[in-house]
Amino acid sequence: MTAHAEMTGPGAVQTAAAPMAVPNRFDFVLGLADDALVAAQRLAQWCTRGPEMEEDIALSNIALDQLGAARLLLTYAGEVEGAGRDEDALAYLRDDREFRNCLLAELPNGDFALTMAKLLFLAAYQVPLYTALADCGDERLAAIGAKARKESAYHLDHASVWVRRLGDGTDESHRRMQAAVDEVWPYTHELFTPDPTAPVDPATLRADFDSVVAGVLAEATLTAPETSWMPAGGRNGVHTEHLSYLLAELQVLHRAHPGASW
Amino acid sequence: MYGNDFPADDTSGGLLGEVEAAETALREAAERGRHGAAGADPAAYFAEVIAADQKVEPRDWMPEAYRATLIRQIAQHAHSEIIGMQPEGNWITRAPSLKRKAILLAKVQDEAGHGLYLYAAAETLGISRDELVDLLLAGRQKYSSIFNYPTLTWADMGTIGWLVDGAAIVNQVPLCRCSYGPYARAMIRICKEESFHQRQGYEILYTLAHGTPAQREMAQDSVNRWWYPSLAMFGPPDTDSTHSAQSMAWKIKRFSNDELRQRFVDMCVGQAEVLGLTLPDPALRWNDERGAYDFTQPDYAELIRVIKGAGPCNRQRMEHRRQAHREGAWVRAAAAAYAAKQAHKKEQASQKEKVA
Ligand SMILES: [Fe+2]
Ligand SMILES: [Fe+2]
Repeated sequence: MTAHAEMTGPGAVQTAAAPMAVPNRFDFVLGLADDALVAAQRLAQWCTRGPEMEEDIALSNIALDQLGAARLLLTYAGEVEGAGRDEDALAYLRDDREFRNCLLAELPNGDFALTMAKLLFLAAYQVPLYTALADCGDERLAAIGAKARKESAYHLDHASVWVRRLGDGTDESHRRMQAAVDEVWPYTHELFTPDPTAPVDPATLRADFDSVVAGVLAEATLTAPETSWMPAGGRNGVHTEHLSYLLAELQVLHRAHPGASW
Repeated sequence: MYGNDFPADDTSGGLLGEVEAAETALREAAERGRHGAAGADPAAYFAEVIAADQKVEPRDWMPEAYRATLIRQIAQHAHSEIIGMQPEGNWITRAPSLKRKAILLAKVQDEAGHGLYLYAAAETLGISRDELVDLLLAGRQKYSSIFNYPTLTWADMGTIGWLVDGAAIVNQVPLCRCSYGPYARAMIRICKEESFHQRQGYEILYTLAHGTPAQREMAQDSVNRWWYPSLAMFGPPDTDSTHSAQSMAWKIKRFSNDELRQRFVDMCVGQAEVLGLTLPDPALRWNDERGAYDFTQPDYAELIRVIKGAGPCNRQRMEHRRQAHREGAWVRAAAAAYAAKQAHKKEQASQKEKVA
């Protein structure tokens, strides 16, 4: 395992507002890739457990989209790095401190309402992100963005439909959906941490996210919570306790057979 | 490695060709049209349609026993697709490469799709999916007993594709010519996808069998565990099979259990050789006289035990399905409540319009 010389050291608690070290292109691409990979892994955990059979298919579809995007992005990240790491080396042979995904993606699935809250927020961020990337100067990222934004638009639509149904469904579903929004909301702030050197500065995506989410929550008879807690750190490799377990499962077999091909 | 690192192109032993032939036959039968109409003697007309290899369609008169047999068989098949997602779903989060993870996830998703088409085919016979699901959850309808075996290693993803999907294809290809139209059409679609699954499984095993010693051992161990349960998928021997004769006469079933089992064994032997893996049957040898392989029969007493609920995973599989159903109840209730509210709003809006 590699050392983590680049880490900022103990006590480096990150907040969304704190200034960040200037990340290079590799870190930026890795952040997007890891968001997609970790989201895919979480959604795949739903497989065979959906509330209805159609939803098993829909969640698998979204997981497949995220996994597809993750593979393109990881491959590109490996090329940018130039150290010969392919998608599998990056996915299976990094430890949690080297992952750059947002904390939102790694949160456990919880109940179906929590999963839909996570999906709504992630998709409402990924749609404007991929749309902006599709017009950015980096050709590879532009191509990936152009493909992924259509998929993300479907994810956003799917999550919005469910958030409205659950929010404006029964008393129980309303209560669960509001609780899910309250629980997940603080993790959305990290997504928009400013980074003026990135191909797309995440801070510029906030307005779009806010207006889409506000519309869905209003239609769903839900309220966006007021909170001053803004957990962050994922982009710098400082994660929640959950990520290491997620990676343990993802990586266990690959790591048990070093050098094998599959 | 989708390329050319293994030789056999159609690993389904020509079965895909049979699916295509069945599809052509179905189209031709539809173009020929059925002669006459039910008229005064619907039973005679039903017999005529069957004799002419035409398809019985949902609105046609059919004997109650024909309807009941089809419902039982299609429902059992649909339940198998849904329960069958579990043993493979077990490895999605641990798949050893991202490509394999994507292929496996897509495969399990296909199985859910198969379940849905089959429930839809059963619904054309006048029973609802909800009723069928309730029968499954109450333990009153069965699913294929193969899914009551555990998937202990990654190699099981290969073996299930190769042997279990392979046996399913051998069983199901003749169903593409089944006399009941909606079932025959569903089977054509499903068999095509199953043949991809079988090929993907074969690829996994091929890679493992040509990999590290540990991977090779994992592959052989897996084939050892799944061979006999796969042979048992064809059901009890013909001498003990209860439903066969009538199903054959109705052209629901076209070959006996033992005929299909033999066809499967004959198909697998050569493929195992290409894989470099050994089928765990010392008695397996070519019989010139029969023009087929002699082989050891599976343990039918074990099959009966597993069907009756005493397999390694029966309880786990059923509990998993019940849990998903139970935990999803509030979500389904919310969707229904929301839909009712929306319908009510629409109605009010249209009434206002009328008044105005
Ligand atoms: Fe299937
Ligand atoms: Fe299959």
